Amino acid sequence: MRHLVLCSLLFAATTAAAGEPRSILDGYARQAAIDDPKFSEFSATRGAEFYRQRHAADGGELSCGTCHTNDPIAGGKHHKTHKSIEPLAPAANPERFTDAAKVEKWFRRNCREVLGRECTAAEKGDFITYLISVR
Amino acid sequence: MEMKYWLRAILAVAIVAGAIGAMASGGGEAKEGGTVSADDDDDSDRTGERGRRAALGDANPQWRTECGSCHVAYPPRMLPAASWRLMMAGLDQHFGEDASLDAPTAATITEFLVRESGDAKKEAPASMRITDTRRFRSEHDEVGDDVWTRPQIGSRANCAACHRGAEEGDYSERRIEIPR
Repeated sequence: MRHLVLCSLLFAATTAAAGEPRSILDGYARQAAIDDPKFSEFSATRGAEFYRQRHAADGGELSCGTCHTNDPIAGGKHHKTHKSIEPLAPAANPERFTDAAKVEKWFRRNCREVLGRECTAAEKGDFITYLISVR
Repeated sequence: MEMKYWLRAILAVAIVAGAIGAMASGGGEAKEGGTVSADDDDDSDRTGERGRRAALGDANPQWRTECGSCHVAYPPRMLPAASWRLMMAGLDQHFGEDASLDAPTAATITEFLVRESGDAKKEAPASMRITDTRRFRSEHDEVGDDVWTRPQIGSRANCAACHRGAEEGDYSERRIEIPR
């Protein structure tokens, strides 16, 4: 079932040239409801907490803001290579969260690195909900 | 069984559509700029090489996109084939970072890197660090430690800090501008 949701996410992303964050969120909401029947809706507040929290992997030193800065409207910088990173908040960078495959790729990589594990659909949904709310 | 076949069909369609999308949206953007600064190194920018560099990115949007998101897409000629093979086989632990790719994308990029790689005989055993190569060290022998640690540079991996044409694969002397 999990695969089915991921496949439809991928499919939605590739058939629509430029998707909307909303359609990606809908995909995560379907998965979150499967993971936890008590799931009701995503929360920007939880997402903001998650974004700022320093996580256990790599000695508890990393948070999302390590590279993306604590202000997602601002551009970030890769913590090792110093290459500049475009802002994460769609208000500053409308391309964010419009390509489901790209979103999944970066959640996979960055969650493994910062949290030491993959993120849940609920965490991903909260994260995107928070970033959409940032003005 | 029937369900699985159906899933596989959707996945195949998605992969093909994704590949077409990636090809359509890829390509290189060229930007001019940066002032001239020369030193005593000989400039290897030969006629026609610049065009070839641009074509490299145009023909390989996947390489440009995937290898150019956390750092500049380092030109394949900077490492021998053995180094690229080693690197592409361990992307989930890429200099301490998770840079994992799906298998088809990784295979396509590996094939390209190996085909366009530098001379294998000159660098053995294979190092994965461009900064370890004799070429890199000799080209940068006049750059002091205090320069590498300047805020706008920060790392030897940050080519584009000084090489203003690095995004287009242009590392010629006349595109060098070292931030203060």
